Amino acid sequence: MPISYVNPEYPYRHSPDQDAGEPVHHRVIIVGGGPAGMAAAMDLALQGIETVLLDDNNTVSIGSRAICIAKRTLEICDRYGCAQPMLEKGVTWHLGKVFFGEEQVYEFNLLPEEDHKVPAFINLQQYYMEEYMVKRCLQLPQIDMRWLHKVINVKTDDSGAEVTVHTSEGDYVLTCDYLLVADGANSHIRSALGLESKGQVFEDRFLIADIIMKADFPAERRFWFDAPFHPDQSTLLHKQADNVWRIDFQLGWDADPDEEKKLERIRPRIEAMLGKDREWELDWASVYTFRCRKLDSFIYHRVFFMGDSAHQVSPFGARGANGALQGVENLGWKLAAVLRGEAPSELLATYDVERQHGARENILNSTRSTDFMTPKNHITKVFRDSVLELSRHYPFARTLVNSGRLSKPCSYPFSMLNTEDSECFNGGVAPGSPCTDAPVAGGNGSGWLLNHIGTRFCLMLKGEFDPDAVTTLMRALNRDADTVALLCVNPEGKPPEEAVVIRDEKGVLSERYALDECAVYLIRPDQHVTARWRNLDPIAVTKAVQRALGADLMRESAA
Amino acid sequence: MSSLQLEPNFTDPDAFYAALADIHRDKTPAASEKINARLILLLANQVGDQAILEQALAIASEVDSEAQDDE
Repeated sequence: MPISYVNPEYPYRHSPDQDAGEPVHHRVIIVGGGPAGMAAAMDLALQGIETVLLDDNNTVSIGSRAICIAKRTLEICDRYGCAQPMLEKGVTWHLGKVFFGEEQVYEFNLLPEEDHKVPAFINLQQYYMEEYMVKRCLQLPQIDMRWLHKVINVKTDDSGAEVTVHTSEGDYVLTCDYLLVADGANSHIRSALGLESKGQVFEDRFLIADIIMKADFPAERRFWFDAPFHPDQSTLLHKQADNVWRIDFQLGWDADPDEEKKLERIRPRIEAMLGKDREWELDWASVYTFRCRKLDSFIYHRVFFMGDSAHQVSPFGARGANGALQGVENLGWKLAAVLRGEAPSELLATYDVERQHGARENILNSTRSTDFMTPKNHITKVFRDSVLELSRHYPFARTLVNSGRLSKPCSYPFSMLNTEDSECFNGGVAPGSPCTDAPVAGGNGSGWLLNHIGTRFCLMLKGEFDPDAVTTLMRALNRDADTVALLCVNPEGKPPEEAVVIRDEKGVLSERYALDECAVYLIRPDQHVTARWRNLDPIAVTKAVQRALGADLMRESAA
Repeated sequence: MSSLQLEPNFTDPDAFYAALADIHRDKTPAASEKINARLILLLANQVGDQAILEQALAIASEVDSEAQDDE
């Protein structure tokens, strides 16, 4: 347990389901109260879908663990309503420095442009992230959180799933239409169902030493290859909240994990790095190894795997929890649309297609970083060191230096749900890409575009349109359910009644989306663009909405 | 006079580096040495221009003499 943080204890509560005699049915059950499980519960709650969230523990993360929260994750959490405390507590940083020996060889700035609501990255201990997520979950009446309810058995077929839950009061059984699993890297449910997450184990060990220290070092990421204080291995220094500093030492495969966790082994390493005079206190230490692996399919009958139970990466690049939340957001709206009868169940298969692509991208990047940091043989070490030497003087070599390619939002340019561009857009946000934020005025008063879209589909219009034609289109789109929201940018004349009106006073929105005089964007509930046009064609929009909801998948599976 | 490109010019630096590491995977040092020699000759022919090649040769040997030789 860290000393800078007291883990909250959430109470075990008896559920009426335990007295029912026979299994109570829920539409959606989520297993695992970590970032992925809670995000899924919040996403579905905002869609009006009730969930039961089961967790075998009664607290948040033990130890700081994942500390880098990327911009896209903060944007997703902002939609869920839990980003604000993260932004307040977290340490904002955007500068990364890479050293080889004593010299700095490379520096990167993650914040190349202004006018975004949230920063490129914040550092925040995982327990804080989870604590704020728990608080938000408890505000949402659709979420039934059950601490110390441990799933010990799972069955599934094509019509549903059944879980046996163990508690201090005895076991009980629940059934559900869909079981969402986020029970971590060593997923018990994955093994219970005989599934294997396949990939690569890296023969290397790393020590995390979180120390409490009042230091005036800037809040930047510092990475050393072959540091003078830790020769032949890599070291990472990163600031967290509460004056806690993450130091990550590469130890090599032969290191003894139990010995290396001891303060008497850690102290000389840190003194060599920071000097003997500096005052610090060890907050938390952990020795870890890692894998890059994933399931061949994230869907097994009615069980959906999310987060580390579905895909796992090395920590370099901050693609674990950040990748997990993008995956959850991908699944949430699809499941809600299927449960509401707005979409065929075939839509759910696109969670696997789109997120396999995301997981491959994350695994590829984190594997490459790991291979660069830990060369596998003599010749790759020679190349690695040559790259670092050349990078001191020659900019071309700096593009090869890899101390982690930091998490960027994933795009789905080849998704079956997209409608390809048929008109000319010079730049902007292409179908499949996540929306870029931009400052706006009006609307709900938030001041940011992303706070106006998401959870439902959004039709964003700029230009002069016949308000009656728009109203007719919106009524047709929303005939059976409240599927699409309307957002008008700088409308000329009277906007349609149901429109939320925003003004692009700085011109940044028009520039980032290449709106020019006239443009129409169709945005998915997970804030990914799925189609765009230069003019409003009601038939094209209707078809694109149906396509994004999986109508064309159904036709293909029937053919 | 034409000059050696020292600003970034890779279309995909990470993919290149990964492919480079891949061709050396599970090779003996002697086999790796041969691969490197062939690779240099292939790329040198692609560059062609003797003036540019001489600039590259100069930088390669200069950096090497700076570095500690751990053989």
